[in-house]
Amino acid sequence: MENYLSIFTEYNIPGAFWVNIQLTFWAAIGALVLGTILALLRISPVASFQAIGSGYVNLVRNTPLTIIILFAVLALYGQLGFTLGGDFQANFFRLSVLGLAVYHAAFVCEAIRSGVNTVPLGQAEAARAIGLGFMPAARLIILPQAFRGAIVPLGNTLIALIKNSTVAAVGSVATESSSVMKSMIEFRADIVIPIFLTFAIGFVIIVIPVGLLTTWLSKKLAVAR
Amino acid sequence: MWRVVPLTSSNVLGMNSDHQAQPATSDPIVQLAGVNKHYGSLHVLNNINLNVSKGEVVVILGPSGSGKSTLCRAINRLETIDEGTIKIDGQTLPSEGKALAKLRADVGMVFQSFNLFAHKSILENVTLGPIRVKGMKKVAAKELAMQLLDRVGVANQASKLPAQLSGGQQQRVAIARALAMKPKVMLFDEPTSALDPEMINEVLDTMVGLAKEGMTMLVVTHEMGFARKAADRVIFMADGQIVEQATPDEFFTNPQSDRAKDFLGKLITNH
Repeated sequence: MENYLSIFTEYNIPGAFWVNIQLTFWAAIGALVLGTILALLRISPVASFQAIGSGYVNLVRNTPLTIIILFAVLALYGQLGFTLGGDFQANFFRLSVLGLAVYHAAFVCEAIRSGVNTVPLGQAEAARAIGLGFMPAARLIILPQAFRGAIVPLGNTLIALIKNSTVAAVGSVATESSSVMKSMIEFRADIVIPIFLTFAIGFVIIVIPVGLLTTWLSKKLAVAR
Repeated sequence: MWRVVPLTSSNVLGMNSDHQAQPATSDPIVQLAGVNKHYGSLHVLNNINLNVSKGEVVVILGPSGSGKSTLCRAINRLETIDEGTIKIDGQTLPSEGKALAKLRADVGMVFQSFNLFAHKSILENVTLGPIRVKGMKKVAAKELAMQLLDRVGVANQASKLPAQLSGGQQQRVAIARALAMKPKVMLFDEPTSALDPEMINEVLDTMVGLAKEGMTMLVVTHEMGFARKAADRVIFMADGQIVEQATPDEFFTNPQSDRAKDFLGKLITNH
């Protein structure tokens, strides 16, 4: 037991999880913004906008996250010299956030679109009938109801994002939990299984409240019809 | 049969009393010429020509599937048409964009399923158009909305959500929402068809009041009593065509076409 507890003093485990939470936080904001724009493109009446939206979703959703983050770090930065500022480490962190956001935006888009499908067509017709154009109708009438109908699928995407933030390891974010776990295993082969369990349980503890929160919110904010 | 309450706050609509004395004048607000529409092989609107004059109340009757709802919805382009022209107050209906939105703001629409904005309060439902489309100040829009809600008898429900109201109340709010835009014409697409019988009259009362005040109205309905009471003209549609049009008296007592006779005959035997 003492043997096991020593890893908490040797390594900053809460700090490692904190990096994942930060990755998740920034990527979630980026994915929500980009995903909403994509959803708007997909529900717009303009055929070329729809094509852009569905093209993005089909390309990005079907590409492994590892490849997207490797692309951000090795191609965007390594090959093309694209940086997002900050020092060496901050740049890798931001590139990983970019990769996570770009990837999860495709899922956010589809979650919002499923939310749009919960809004009866009559809502859009009534909005148009009082003279609202596409964007005001979307912003004032359709999206507020769509988000409320999409809370559970959006929550699922957030849960996936929390866990997928460990893929930032391939983006050279050495301080996040799976990278820390990897080096712990290298040096403490005697307690491999407890180390695995520590990180597994750590993620479960972070994720469970998200699931509870989204279920509660989806009931609380449901649109009464 | 129903209480006809003369609604005195006609200033709310920006109408003067001349219209009340002489409802049907000659300038057409709605003009349809040679309108055709197909759903696949179904010819849902077949060469429709129709003018609705200022202050006129036109009721469209006809069996299910005759194209009357499609006609009503085509007038503010919730349905597109294949051929022909539709003009509102002399302006051809634009196909998309801001110009269409602007024209729609002048055409009030009341739906069968009410379609109140489900996440907004009753008051917000009515103020949204004036504030967002017409750029009205919030205070003025609220005052207008409360006047209109009072007039349709649901002012005491202003802070509730639509789902908390009865169907009849919701539909009266929908009428207030349309009126708040000070429309040149109001379209009613089977406004009482989704209502329980005991709620039909409260909505019809409101509509009769509007008609008496000189609002230009085009009403698709199955309520023959409303047609008799409030219509200036009855249009009978069947198979996508206007088969017959006449004053309500003429139409109900002496229908000309076999289709209309058949339609009215079935109604009488069913009552």
